[in-house]
Amino acid sequence: MPHDHSDHPHALLPPDPALRVKALETILTRKGLIDPAALDEIIDTYQNRIGPRNGAQVVARAWSDPGFRAALQEDATAAVSEMGFYGRQGEHMVVVENTPSQHNMVVCTLCSCYPWPLLGIPPGWYKSDAYRARAVRAPRKVLAEFGVTLLPETSVRVWDSTAEIRYLVLPMRPEGSDGLSEQALAALVTRDSMIGTGLPRAPEGAP
Amino acid sequence: MTRVHDMGGRFGDGPVVPEREDAPVFAEDWHARVLAVTLACGSLGKWNIDISRHARECLSPQDYARFSYYEKWIAALADLLVKTGVLSVGDLSGSGDSDLRELAAKALRADSVAGVLASGGPADRPSPLAPRFTKGQAVRTLRPAANRLVEGGHTRLPVYAQGALGYILRLHGAHVLPDSNAHGLGEAPEPLYAVVFHASALWAAPEHPEDDVVLDLWQSYLEPV
Repeated sequence: MPHDHSDHPHALLPPDPALRVKALETILTRKGLIDPAALDEIIDTYQNRIGPRNGAQVVARAWSDPGFRAALQEDATAAVSEMGFYGRQGEHMVVVENTPSQHNMVVCTLCSCYPWPLLGIPPGWYKSDAYRARAVRAPRKVLAEFGVTLLPETSVRVWDSTAEIRYLVLPMRPEGSDGLSEQALAALVTRDSMIGTGLPRAPEGAP
Repeated sequence: MTRVHDMGGRFGDGPVVPEREDAPVFAEDWHARVLAVTLACGSLGKWNIDISRHARECLSPQDYARFSYYEKWIAALADLLVKTGVLSVGDLSGSGDSDLRELAAKALRADSVAGVLASGGPADRPSPLAPRFTKGQAVRTLRPAANRLVEGGHTRLPVYAQGALGYILRLHGAHVLPDSNAHGLGEAPEPLYAVVFHASALWAAPEHPEDDVVLDLWQSYLEPV
């Protein structure tokens, strides 16, 4: 018997994943246990309203405002909450700062923990076996796969999100970005730079 | 002792293939439906986040390896709905007709979604246990890495960090203990620490002598050195 239905009743549903979720959604809707309109609302929230632009605003503000940067270090949850960024999967935030001597990178080796209110739903690669397995042991090889090469003197600190603490990387402010507005700075901040697998964009006209 | 999800440090997975930053949030429409159905079912109040994580970990190793990410979610959700009695095996196979009017009153409605997502579910709690360790103190993780309350149960100490020497980096306060909460044994909050490990304490051939790895670990996962 390939499946034990008593332990793994999912095998009773259609095997094709799109049909499987449709079947379960239909059963639950018929019983009044889910509301299709609520599902649409959840999807709209994470598809259109909550994503890495939130985190980019936090980073740009930290680059511009030393007081805010200090507040982030003191209590990141409170500091980002004041900007309206609090909620599911971001209840306990810690911000870790990159420096010339240390680069930070975030992973969840056991599942897919990720700071949703600041970065949205994690990209596919973040949830992949390859990233989960290798980021902790071979961070430089993984960074090379993202096109990132660090200076030889820079160490890497990998944060494995094993609890309900969610980590956001504060990348270093790019050279040549002096005098830019917070809005212009936010445009330089990539999602991957806040996970630690990328670096911010260089400002236009920078060497 | 281990389960298939505990893959940190594993060899053989090949390169990471990054998507573009502007790739769609959900690669397929059904991915979005899986996420939404799973979150909506959470509002029924029949399980907590640790129970739902453990349900994914309890997929058979064969299923875990062959399923894509959201296939794991939908399979684990179906299993959990049956395990908690929300649905019957008959419901899944098309012959069930259980009456769930009472539970249906808890169904997440569209006008409650924003509030539910915005309020989240904090995991910090008051704890009767005082912090046993201070910043900078040397500690060693348990070996084997395993749930000490339930054989084969949920734990958040990865195997790659078992029996390793590390140092307390910060105290996060007291948090719900997943090893207990995932099995309906109560929240059992205890002090939670960020613990830093030299890469050389974890890997035979670290990439760089100064690299390290930080894990968030509960007090009962740690022993003084």
